Amino acid sequence: MIFNLLRLFLPLMLMFVAFFSGQGLAETKQEIKIAYLTQEKQVPAALSNLEPFIADKGLQGALLGIKDNNTTGQFTGQNYFLKQEIVPLGADVKLAFSALLKEGYQLIIVNLPAAQLVQIQQLNNQALLFDVATRTDAFRQSQCLQDVLHILPSRAMRADALAQYMLKKRWNRWFLVVGATPEDELYAQAIRRSAKRFGMKISAEKKWLHSYDARRTAQSDIPVFTQVGDYDVLVVADEQGLFGEYISYRTWLPRPVIGTQGLVATAWHRAHEQWGAVQIQNRFKTLAGRQMEEEDYAAYLAARAIGETVTRTQSVDPTQVKAYLFSERFKLQGYKGKPLSFRAWNGQLRQPVLLAAPTSLVVAPPLEGFLHPKNELDTLGYDQPETHCQ
Amino acid sequence: MEIKAILLSTLLLSTSLATAETVFVTLEKDNAIAVVDPIAGKLIKTVYVGQRPRGIALSKDQQTLYIATSDDDAVIEVDANTLQVKGELPSGEDPETFAINGLGTRMYVSNEDDNQVTVIDLSSKQAIQQVAVGVEPEGIAVSPDGKWIVSASETTNMVHWIDGESHEIKANTLVDPRPRALNFTADGQQLWVTSEIDGTLMVIDVASKEIVRRVRFSVPGLGQEKIQPVGVVIDDKRQWAYVALGPANRVAVINAQTFEVEKYLLVGARVWNLAFSPAQERLYTTNGVSHDISIIDLENHKVTKSIAVGRYPWGVAVKP
Repeated sequence: MIFNLLRLFLPLMLMFVAFFSGQGLAETKQEIKIAYLTQEKQVPAALSNLEPFIADKGLQGALLGIKDNNTTGQFTGQNYFLKQEIVPLGADVKLAFSALLKEGYQLIIVNLPAAQLVQIQQLNNQALLFDVATRTDAFRQSQCLQDVLHILPSRAMRADALAQYMLKKRWNRWFLVVGATPEDELYAQAIRRSAKRFGMKISAEKKWLHSYDARRTAQSDIPVFTQVGDYDVLVVADEQGLFGEYISYRTWLPRPVIGTQGLVATAWHRAHEQWGAVQIQNRFKTLAGRQMEEEDYAAYLAARAIGETVTRTQSVDPTQVKAYLFSERFKLQGYKGKPLSFRAWNGQLRQPVLLAAPTSLVVAPPLEGFLHPKNELDTLGYDQPETHCQ
Repeated sequence: MEIKAILLSTLLLSTSLATAETVFVTLEKDNAIAVVDPIAGKLIKTVYVGQRPRGIALSKDQQTLYIATSDDDAVIEVDANTLQVKGELPSGEDPETFAINGLGTRMYVSNEDDNQVTVIDLSSKQAIQQVAVGVEPEGIAVSPDGKWIVSASETTNMVHWIDGESHEIKANTLVDPRPRALNFTADGQQLWVTSEIDGTLMVIDVASKEIVRRVRFSVPGLGQEKIQPVGVVIDDKRQWAYVALGPANRVAVINAQTFEVEKYLLVGARVWNLAFSPAQERLYTTNGVSHDISIIDLENHKVTKSIAVGRYPWGVAVKP
């Protein structure tokens, strides 16, 4: 009871202190307006009911980031506000984006698929966009988007992380299984690039074709499907999760499964608890009532990156924010044991990639021994000489 | 003659017992503390204390061990001689670590999940106040004169200066990312703070509350990202300071007058927290990943021994 009262009065007391001590505390609060733009999603097909569809993936992470920023803000005289713009299914995202620009939003967290991100980026002339959804390699390599920062690891970064681990384990011959969606093909392309980059061999490759034939079951089909001669590891490309879970324990030869199922490469994972991660996992669960997903982590980092910049520069001007984010001074704590920063050439957030099994974190590449002249995190994904971005 | 010899040896034995100190180490994943005889180089025993024990310290009279059992949301009181749990303090949620003032009357606890510092009156065992601080408060220390309680918040990246009397925050110092541990010099003039993510040690002038010095570390053949400073201690004469460098597996020896790093001592894996022996002739380190502690002889700055203690040693306290 007394603590609850204290909790009520403390902000007031702190404001009092802020007003009279003056040290590092502003007298009037600086207002930092951030927008979060997303669109409602249709519930996708799924293999199992164990993983329920999460409608607010990303948003809860942004809210936690804002909350953390405001805890800091009470000492620095800054107040962060998040405008949530959730476009209904079927409505036009471009209109919503233009409206945000008209309202003066210059720092916008965007959780939209690749095609829509391109559409709104073409309308942008003033804001800095934080992409918390795409893994598209093209945006990091050839089709670069001005004033867009990409928080999640690209497919190439994920594939490189897997490749480093497979190389370390001497799983040199890969059997690549590719799903039917265009995204699966993009994932497969990243895997092929990594194989070449690390001198590994794709000894077999097959496309998984969906069929509604009731006589074909996972038990009978996969042993037949996986008779492709010998290989060390099966790499699966099934981003939506339509068949990949069926593969483990059913292959003709006993082989590990890695990729989008089995051992997965991800920006964040519920089993991750090192480097203070337990703290943020707990904070997130208290706030959202569920586990933290990749998009939540990305949106959290986007909000925190803005918070760090504003705390240290006192500026909310998008040009200055971008300049600070791209500078060597910017080092973001991301609960992965290394300071995170941005690649100035393509706006990609440098970060370790987690390789995780369903309930345990296996390793967090870059692995020891994969060296880089500037930053070992740049052994993952498109490095500066490989990109056409400026 | 024979009786004399026996008497003499008894005398010797009792004096050696009197000078031998006991080292207590919290074992984060064993839910226990390890009791170590550092002179004999032996683990004496392991005692269950509660879930996820981290911060540990002795009372002023050395008779009570305070241990933060984080996942039990408590700071427990353990009899330092019998090792029986004798009480519990109202620490607030998820206590990670804590500091006790010089008089031994007040305890200040970092509540990492709650963004608060809880003030406990040790005689009445009551929580008398909670102070709202930044996100994920961890390192906490009391100035030798008791005037300041400083709390470092890992995600807010600040050191908060809490007034020892009124328990109000009077000032904040923005520091390098993810500040972990901090400690005052014995003369109370400086506060030394480590930044895990930036790999730096900052020396803050207590009078101006500004960073007056930044020490960087570099170990030949070791990537910069491996250098993640955590625990920091400064000897009473302000001659030497020691910084645990985490996954660099080394303790940096710093000349506390010139701020030059003079030596890197190889200890166990992911070295975390540090504690002096009572006369400051030895330093004990907890090595989180190699599950042992290292003993450093401070006269020669040499690592003399490592002792396996249990899973994830975190905090360390030394009883004379």
